[in-house]
Amino acid sequence: MPDLGKYAIEVLGAYAASIGLLALIVAATFWRGRRVRQRLEQMDSKDRADG
Amino acid sequence: MSIWEYANPKRFLSTSERILPTLWVLSFGCLAVGLIWGFFFTPDDFRQGSTVKIIYLHVPSALMAINAWLMMFVASVIWFIRRHHVSALAARAAAPVGIVMTLIALATGAIWGQPMWGTYWAWDPRLTSFLILFLFYLGYVALWEAVENPDTAADLTSVLCLVGSVFALLSRYAVNFWNQGLHQGASLSLDKEENVADVFYIPLLICMAGFVLLFIALVLYRTGTEIRARRIQALIARDRVQA
Repeated sequence: MPDLGKYAIEVLGAYAASIGLLALIVAATFWRGRRVRQRLEQMDSKDRADG
Repeated sequence: MSIWEYANPKRFLSTSERILPTLWVLSFGCLAVGLIWGFFFTPDDFRQGSTVKIIYLHVPSALMAINAWLMMFVASVIWFIRRHHVSALAARAAAPVGIVMTLIALATGAIWGQPMWGTYWAWDPRLTSFLILFLFYLGYVALWEAVENPDTAADLTSVLCLVGSVFALLSRYAVNFWNQGLHQGASLSLDKEENVADVFYIPLLICMAGFVLLFIALVLYRTGTEIRARRIQALIARDRVQA
């Protein structure tokens, strides 16, 4: 860990906030993507079963 | 082969699914290398101390906040002219990513500003235009959610996007236009005198590449999700008509 001196809180806070926000958008993107894909697969398979 | 072939949703999905794994690896790789290099292996600035390490987050996120809107602008213009649904959905998919980029730029700017300027916020031309751009992003997403008919929503949000582009450009050039306020000019310049020092330059470029690649990967993936969501809506509408 580098010595951040008297600005340690600011630097670490900036990194934590940014990485947290990036992780949030990536997680939300995958979560919704998976949910929508599953729903479409269910509807398509029901469609095929119904003829 | 023409670029307009990707306006076909099936073609878009098959191509994006082929390139997405590589894009994810490259974007996370660049981000990891750039941020680790910048955080652990670059020296403090003689004037700003360790706060200079915030540059690896602030500059790339601000770059993407503006360019995400410009990408939405291009997609909106394509929607207006050629009525390709994929372009309207790509603009919709990019907006939440743009919000996050703008939020990171504003948050890191405020955190950096406090020790350097003595305040988290000032009504400086660049900061103010960035805040307005953030509000435009929120309005854009809210408008998509508020209008039920997808084509009407695409029309209205495209108009909003054209108007908001003024603020995207202003936030980029505000420092040059008004030449006042606390915020400095561009960090990267072809003029060596104005550019950041060499020791910060390469990790900053790698971080910028990481943010650009992450944006592209997220928008491609999210556009695929929007295309599938649109198909679900179409199937539900068809079932309603048949019932």
